[in-house]
Amino acid sequence: MTWYPPRTLVLSWFGLLALLGLTVFAAYQPLGTFNTVVALAIATGKALLIAAIFMELRQRNGLVIAFAGAGFFWLSIMLWLASSDYATRANFPPT
Amino acid sequence: MPETPAFQFVDLRQQHAVAQLGMWTFLATEVLFFGNLILAYCVYRSAYPDGFAEAARHTQIAIGTANTAILLTSSFLVAWAVALVRLNAGRIAAILFAGAAALACIFLLLKGLEYRIEYTEHLVPGFFFTFGGPNQTSAWLFFSFYFVATGVHALHVGIGIVVLVVIALKARCGAYSARYHAPASVAGLYWHFVDLIWVFLFALIYLPGRAS
Repeated sequence: MTWYPPRTLVLSWFGLLALLGLTVFAAYQPLGTFNTVVALAIATGKALLIAAIFMELRQRNGLVIAFAGAGFFWLSIMLWLASSDYATRANFPPT
Repeated sequence: MPETPAFQFVDLRQQHAVAQLGMWTFLATEVLFFGNLILAYCVYRSAYPDGFAEAARHTQIAIGTANTAILLTSSFLVAWAVALVRLNAGRIAAILFAGAAALACIFLLLKGLEYRIEYTEHLVPGFFFTFGGPNQTSAWLFFSFYFVATGVHALHVGIGIVVLVVIALKARCGAYSARYHAPASVAGLYWHFVDLIWVFLFALIYLPGRAS
């Protein structure tokens, strides 16, 4: 019986730490608006790694993935409707 | 040990599948719970980009980065432990679960240290908050989000520590096996989710405004 960690887990762990280093490095580069884009893109990449490997979604069937995706689906509706509200207000932020 | 399923299930496989779906349903509500906070953050950050950038520069990025690495590592330990539980290696898995809980305690200690620094720098809204310059109000909003979001997240970490310790003790007593391991893997799901939320909080709290 082997107690060594599965290779995929170790690689994901190293990958996550590398992405952490990358995102901190990128935060200090003067990229303007792209700083936020890069930070959120790397965060999403890390989240996908955690969900697919650590939370084992890549081995799960469609039903579990639908349940896992449901929260994010409703979250995207909330973000979409709320941001279309604030983006179209005549006086926001209030002055 | 429960090698037979509860009466409403055909077999342990079905019982395990239901436990997984139940945890994912709970996590979906957690996504919306933290999503509301993040939505409020996005609205105010788009309204006051300069104030948020300046306020974010006052956060402790060294502690934040260390804490992110700590949570990612503890998540890795839990994923490894769940894999071992399925190989009937409960005693080694117990050490890994306990290690993950210990890392979570270090996370909370560092978080407390960070709160202490912010308290001495008068960055706690409601407790002599002072932030010089034109961005006083937006910095107040930023730090309100910071304390609510990290506070609620720390509560989740605290609950996670209790869960991990219980799972470690039960794994050590041989409660889980290749056939029956639903509590361990479902607890793992919760712990990875706490890690996942932190990944986004880290990007929103510590990283803005560093380049300017």
